Amino acid sequence: MNDAPSPSDDAAPSDQISVRHLTMAYEDFVVMRDISFDVSPGEIFAIMGGSGCGKSTLMRHMLGMLEPASGEIFYSGESFTRAPPEARGRALRRFGVLFQGGALWSSMTLAENIALPLEEYTDLHPAEIRDIATLKLSLVGLRGFEDYYPSEISGGMRKRAGLARAMALDPAIMFVDEPSAGLDPVSSRLLDDLILELSESFGTTFVVVTHELASIFRIATTSIFLDTNTRTATAIGPPAWLRDHSEDPAVRAFLRRGEAEHE
Amino acid sequence: MIEPSDGPSAAHGADGARVSLERAGDDLVIGLGGTWQIRAHLPGTTAVEAALESTPAPREVRFDSADLGGWDSSVLAFLQGVEDAAGARAIPVSLDGLPTGVRRLAELARTVPERGVRPEVPRGSPVRRLGWLGLRIYEGALEDIGFLGEAALAFGRFLRGRASYRRSDLRLLIQQAGADALGIVSLVSFLFGLILAFVGAVQLEQFGASIYVADLVGVGMVRDMAAFMTAIIVAGRSGAAYAAQLGTMKVTEEIDALRATGISPMEFLVVPRVVALVVMMPLLTVYADLMGILGGYVVGAGLLHITSAAYVQQTTAAVNMTQFVPGVIKGTVYGLLVALAGCNQGMKAGSSASAVGDAATRAVVSGVVAIIVACGVAQVISWVFGI
Ligand SMILES: Nc1ncnc2c1ncn2[C@@H]1O[C@H](COP(=O)(O)OP(=O)(O)OP(=O)(O)O)[C@@H](O)[C@H]1O
Ligand SMILES: [Mg+2]
Repeated sequence: MNDAPSPSDDAAPSDQISVRHLTMAYEDFVVMRDISFDVSPGEIFAIMGGSGCGKSTLMRHMLGMLEPASGEIFYSGESFTRAPPEARGRALRRFGVLFQGGALWSSMTLAENIALPLEEYTDLHPAEIRDIATLKLSLVGLRGFEDYYPSEISGGMRKRAGLARAMALDPAIMFVDEPSAGLDPVSSRLLDDLILELSESFGTTFVVVTHELASIFRIATTSIFLDTNTRTATAIGPPAWLRDHSEDPAVRAFLRRGEAEHE
Repeated sequence: MIEPSDGPSAAHGADGARVSLERAGDDLVIGLGGTWQIRAHLPGTTAVEAALESTPAPREVRFDSADLGGWDSSVLAFLQGVEDAAGARAIPVSLDGLPTGVRRLAELARTVPERGVRPEVPRGSPVRRLGWLGLRIYEGALEDIGFLGEAALAFGRFLRGRASYRRSDLRLLIQQAGADALGIVSLVSFLFGLILAFVGAVQLEQFGASIYVADLVGVGMVRDMAAFMTAIIVAGRSGAAYAAQLGTMKVTEEIDALRATGISPMEFLVVPRVVALVVMMPLLTVYADLMGILGGYVVGAGLLHITSAAYVQQTTAAVNMTQFVPGVIKGTVYGLLVALAGCNQGMKAGSSASAVGDAATRAVVSGVVAIIVACGVAQVISWVFGI
C-alpha cells in the first residue's frame, strides 16, 4: 500500500464502510491478502482489477456471504464480521445488491422480483408496490416488462432488472458487480447516469466492481486496485490521480488500457 | 489450428512427426522433424523422460528444429510434456532452437497465472487415504446435521407464522406434489395391489383359503406398502425436482440474492417444500390404500371367484385403525425425509450443470435409503409394541 490516503487502524467514524486487514481464501487458496480501505458515505467506490483477481469475492465478503480467513469488516464502526445473524440481517436490509449474473429469481416476473423485498420489509399495499416496481423498472429503461420472466429477456436486460431490484428499498449502500458488462455503450452510459443521479439525490453509497475505464473515470470518487500477482491491493485513491501518480506500473497500465505511457 | 508460420512450409502429407534424441556434451538435444499435425499420431515423451533419467543427467535440454516442417499446437503439447518432465527433475529447458512462433505461444501459455493446488484425494499409503476419507465423511455428516438444525429452526418460525415465504409458491408446490402425482400413484398402487393378490393367491388357493387374499392385500397395503410405494414415487418425482431446483438457484446466485435481501433461503425455499410433502403424503397414502385394495379386488372378484360382497366384507373386517393410522403416519414421515433429502442435496450442490444433475441423483438415492431405513425402524417399533 504505497499510494494515496491509506486507511488508519483506529475505529472508523460513524456511517461508513471500513475493511481492515481482510484476507480472503477459498479453503487453502488465498485470493487476496491484507486488504484495508474505507468508503465514506455518499462515495462511489470502484473495485478494479484483472479478471479472476477476486473482485466478486471481495464483494461477497462485504455482504457476509463468505467468512474472512482473517480481518474484519465494519459498517458505521460496528463489526459486521462478528455480528450475530440478526444484526447482520438488519444491516443487509440497508443494502442493495446486484450480482454479476443478475441473479433474478427465475420463478418470478420482473415486477415480483422487485416486489419481494418491498413485501418483506414494508407495509405498502399491493397496488403501491406494483407502482414502485414499475417506477424502478422504468429507471433502468425496462418499463413495460413488468410481467416478463427473467428467462424471457436478454442478458443485458437481466442486468438492468437486477439493478432495479437492488434499488427496490432505496438502500443506503448499493453493491453492484459489473453493472455495464454486456451492455451497449449507450445503455451503459445511461446506467452511469443513473448511479450518479442516485448518489447525488439520495446520497446512496456505491461499491461498484467494474473494468470499464470510461465508467471508472466518470463515476468513481475513489478506487481500489487488486493485483493478481502480488495477491493484495496495490493502490487506493481517486482513479484519475492513480493513473497519473501511482507508483505501481501495473496500476498505471490498467488505467491506460495497457497502452504505453506517453510522457 | 495454427498455420505453419516459419521454417520450410508444411511438407506435403506423408512426412509424419519425428523426434530424435542426442547428447551434445552435457546437454540433451531434442531434434524435431517432419510435419506435426494434431490430427495425426503424435510422438510421446516417454523416450525423452528415459533420456532425462540417464546418467550423467543432462545439464540442459535444447531443441533442434532444422528438419521441422509444418507444425500446429501438437508441438506445443509435446513441448509442455518435455518442460513438465524436465521441470520435475530440475533440468532447465532452452527454447532457443525452436521456431519463433512456437516460442511466442509457449510464452503465452506460461503467463496464465497458476492457482493454488486444490485439495484432492491424497496419494500415498492406504492409511492416509482412509483417514482423508474418514474426515470427508465426518465433515459431510456435520454439514447434514447443521442443515437439519437450520431447517428445524425455520420450521419453528413457520409454525409461529413468522417465516417469510410466498403463499403462491406453497400452493403451487402442494399442487405439484399432490394432484400432479395422482396418475402415477394410481397406476403403481393399483398394480401393486394386483401383484400382492396374485402372490397371495398362489399360496392360499392350495388351502382353499382364497378369501384371505382380501386380508393380505388390505392389511399389506394399508399398513405398509401404500405409504412405501408412494414415498418411492415421490422421492423420484419431488425429491429429485427439489434438488434440481435449489441446485440451479445456487448456480445462478439466486440463493445468494435471497440472503442479500435478508430473506432466509431455509424459510423461503426449504420450508414450503417440506410442508408441501408433509401435507400431501398422508393424502396420497390414503388414496394409494384405496387404489391398492381396488387392485386386489379385481384379482379376487375377477379370477378367484370371490363375490364382491364377500371381498368387501372380508377387507373391512381385516383392516382397522391400528393399521390405518400407523400407515398414514409412516407416509407422512417418509414425505418429510424425502423433502429434507432433496432440499439438503440441492442446497449443498456444487456450482455447475453437472453438479445439479449429481445433486438430483443423490437426492433420490438418499431419499430412498432414508425411506427404507425408516420403514425398517417402524417394523421393529410396531413389533416391540405388538401393533
Ligand atoms: N466458489 C469458489 N471456490 C473456489 N475458488 C473460487 C470460487 N469462486 C471464485 N474462486 C476463485 O477466486 C478467484 C477470484 O474469483 P472472483 O470471482 O472473485 O474474480 P473476479 O475478480 O470477480 O473476476 P471477474 O472479473 O472475471 O468476474 C478466482 O481465481 C477463482 O478461481
Ligand atoms: Mg466477478
